Amino acid sequence: MTSVAATARVPHAHHDDRSFIRKYIFSTDHKIIGIQFLFVSLFFLLLGGLLAMQMRWQLGFPGKPMPGGGLLPETMAANGVILPEYYVQLVSMHGTFMVFFAIMPLLVGVYANFLIPLKIGAHDMAFASLFVPEGAIRSGWTNYAPLSARPDLSGVTTGQILWCVSIVVLGLSSVMGSVNYITTIINHRAPGMTWFRMPLSVWALFITAILAVLALPVLQGAAILLLFDQTIGTHFFDPVAGGQALLWQHLFWFFGHPEVYILILPAMGMVSDMIANGSRKPIFGYHSMVFAIIGIAFLGWLVWGHHMFMSGMNPTLGSSFMVSTLVIAVPSAVKVFNWMGTMWRGNLRFHVPMLNAVAFVAMFVIGGLSGIYMAATPVDMFIHDGYFIVAHLHYVLFGGSLFALFGAIPYWFPKMFGRMMSERWGKVHFWLTFVFYNFTFFPMHILGMAGHMRRIYDPTQYEFLKPYQPMNEFISVSAFLLFATQLIFFVNFWWSLFKGKKADLNPWQDNGLEWSLPSPAPHGNWETVPRVYRGPYEFSSPEVSDRDYLPQHEKRPTDREPASATAPAH
Amino acid sequence: MTHATATVDLMRPPFPAEPGAGVYSNKLGMWVFLASDVMFFTALIGTYIILRFGVSEPWAKPNAVLNVPLTAFNTFLLICSSVSMVKAFAAISQGDQRGLRLWLLLTILAGAPFVSVQVVEYIKLVGHGFTPAGYREGSLLAEHAVSDAVKYGAATSGLYGSTFFTMTGFHGFHVTCGVISMTYLYLTKVLPGKYSRQDYRGIETIGLYWHFVDLVWIILFTIVYLI
Repeated sequence: MTSVAATARVPHAHHDDRSFIRKYIFSTDHKIIGIQFLFVSLFFLLLGGLLAMQMRWQLGFPGKPMPGGGLLPETMAANGVILPEYYVQLVSMHGTFMVFFAIMPLLVGVYANFLIPLKIGAHDMAFASLFVPEGAIRSGWTNYAPLSARPDLSGVTTGQILWCVSIVVLGLSSVMGSVNYITTIINHRAPGMTWFRMPLSVWALFITAILAVLALPVLQGAAILLLFDQTIGTHFFDPVAGGQALLWQHLFWFFGHPEVYILILPAMGMVSDMIANGSRKPIFGYHSMVFAIIGIAFLGWLVWGHHMFMSGMNPTLGSSFMVSTLVIAVPSAVKVFNWMGTMWRGNLRFHVPMLNAVAFVAMFVIGGLSGIYMAATPVDMFIHDGYFIVAHLHYVLFGGSLFALFGAIPYWFPKMFGRMMSERWGKVHFWLTFVFYNFTFFPMHILGMAGHMRRIYDPTQYEFLKPYQPMNEFISVSAFLLFATQLIFFVNFWWSLFKGKKADLNPWQDNGLEWSLPSPAPHGNWETVPRVYRGPYEFSSPEVSDRDYLPQHEKRPTDREPASATAPAH
Repeated sequence: MTHATATVDLMRPPFPAEPGAGVYSNKLGMWVFLASDVMFFTALIGTYIILRFGVSEPWAKPNAVLNVPLTAFNTFLLICSSVSMVKAFAAISQGDQRGLRLWLLLTILAGAPFVSVQVVEYIKLVGHGFTPAGYREGSLLAEHAVSDAVKYGAATSGLYGSTFFTMTGFHGFHVTCGVISMTYLYLTKVLPGKYSRQDYRGIETIGLYWHFVDLVWIILFTIVYLI
C-alpha cells in the first residue's frame, strides 16, 4: 500500500506497443470502445438527418421532384417524386436511427464508456470485453401491432424480421453495457470518491444504466414475441386468433417511456458538469440534483400508459397515469432551477460547451412544458398523434439531448484525441444551429394545434391544412439550412482531429479526475490509483487564491487521506 | 485473520477502492444481470397471464395436452441439480477439489438431460399436432378438440401454443446456456484445479445463475403445467 505515490503528480503515459488492429478495432480499452461508438453513432446521426431532409422535402413541396431524387430507384421515388411507401419507410427509419443508433449510443455508448472510469478513478471497466457490436436495420420505430405482426397487412417481411432481430441484439448489448457501468461505479471508485463526491454526469449515467437494465429486457421480450408472430405463426398480437394488439403497445411503452429518460438523463448529467465549469461556481443544490435524477428515473419507469390515452384505456387508469406523469415535472423543475441557480451571479465563461449547455436548459424548458400539455388526458385527446407531439419530442431530443452532445463532444474532445476543436467555428455552428433549429421545430407546435397529423404523406390533400402549407415550406427550408449547418460541425470535427490545437492536461480548468491525465488519456489510465479529497464542483473556492478551480485529486494541507486508501486490502 | 476475510481479500480488485457493494464484481454483475432477466421473464409471463385471462373461451386443461408426470420428473431433476450446485460451491469454499469436481459434474449431468427431455417432449407434442400456431389441421389433437372443445380449449389453442412454446423455450435456452457455461468451466478451470478456497468466483457466479434458472422453472411449471 505504501507504494501508492501522491497523485498530484501527473503520471507518464504508459508505453503502448499493441498493433493498430488490436488497439483500435478489437480493443477492450474502455476509451477506444467509447470512441468507436462516437464514430459509428455520428455516422448514423448524419444518415438519420438525411432521411429527415427527404421527409421535409415531401412535406414542404409535395408532388415536386426532389433534387437528387432521380438517383433513387423507381420503387422509392417515381421520377424523383417520393412515393407514399417510401415516405412511411423514411419516417420509421428516421425514428429508429435517431433513437436507437444515434442519440442512445452517443449518450450511453460514448460517454458512459469513456467517462465513467475516467471520472471515478478506475483503470478500466469491471468487465472490459463485454461488448456486442450493434447491427443494422430497416423498419419502424414504435412498430405497432397488428400492422407489424402481419406481413399480409404491412407488405414488409424481411424488414420487420431484421428490425426485431436487431432490437434483440441491441437490447442485449445495452443490458450488458449497463451491467458493466453499474458494477464499475459501485465497486471501482477510487479512494475518496464517495457516492456524493461523484460528478453528476456519473450519477446520471449510473441511474440511466439501472433504468436500462429494468426496461430494455421488456422490449427484447416484446420484439421476440413479434418476431415469432411473423416467423413461426404464433398469435400474440393477432386479434383474429384471440391475441391482443394493445399488448404490444403496453410492452413497447413499458420500455419506450423509460427510453426517453435514458435519452435525456445522461445529457442532464453532462450539462450539469459543463454549466458548473462555465459558471465557475459549485453546482447549486448538488444533493437535490442527485435525488431529482433518481426521482425522474423512478417515475419515468411507471408512467408508460400516458402514450396510450387514445387506445380505449379505462379513464380511471388514465387518470393515475396522468397524475404520475405530471409529478415528473417537479424533479425536472428542481433541475432547471438548480442550473439557473448555478449560473446566477457566476463568473460566466461562454465557451462552446457552455453555450450548448445553456441552450439545452432553455430548450428543455420548452420541451418539458409542452410535455405537461400532453400528459394531461383531455389535452392529449386533441393533440395526440399530431405535429404538437413531433414538436415536443424534437424539443427534448434535439433541443435537449443533441445540444448537450454538441457541448459534450468539444468538451471531452481533448481527452479523447489530444486536440481542441475550433472555438470560433464551434460558436458559428452553435448560433446557426440554435436559430435554424427553432425555426424548424417551433412552428410545428402551431401546425399541431391546427390539427396537422403526424406521419402523413401529403398535407395539401386536406382542405383545412392548405392554409398552413407556407408554414410547412418555411419549416422545410429551415430544416435544410439546419442540416447544412451540421456540415460545419462535421468539418470542424474532422479538421480538429488532425489539425486542431494541441490540448494541455486541463484545457477547461475543470476539477474532474479525468483532467489529471494527459490528453489523450493513455491506455490503463493512471499508473497509480488517484485519491479524491473533495467533490467535483469546487470552483472559486476560498481555499485557493491563485486560480478559481480546485481539482478533486489535489491534496491541500488540511485534507486527510481517504480511509479506504489505507484500508488493509492487499 | 480468519479464513473468511482472507478469502474476500483475494477476490477484490488488486488496488484500493472506495467500499462498494461488499461483493466482488463478477457476483455483483451477475446480480444486476439477473435483475434484467427477471424483467425479461416478467414480459413473457405477463403476456401469458394477460392473454390467458383476457380470452372468454376456455383454456385447454394442461394434462389433456402435456405430459405432466414426465415434466414433474424433469422438475425434480432440475431441483436436484440446484442441490448439487450448492454442494459444489460448499466443497470449493472449503478447498475440496475432489468434491467440486464430483458435484459440478453431477450438476451438468442433471442439467443436460433436462434439456434433452424437453426437446423430446417438443418433438412428441408437435407430432401430436400441438404447434406454436395452435393445433395443426387434421392432427390427433385437432380431432380431440372437435370432440371435447372445453377440455382441449379448441378456441384458444393458438394462444396456448404461442405462450407455451415461447416461455418453456426461452427457459430451455437459459438452461442450455448454463450447461454450456458449466461444461466450459469444468474443462478449463475445475479439472486443472484453478479454483481454490481463496478464489471460487466462477463457481459462485454460475451458481447464482443456475439457481435463478431453477427458480424460474418452478414458477413456469406451476403456471403452465399445473393450473
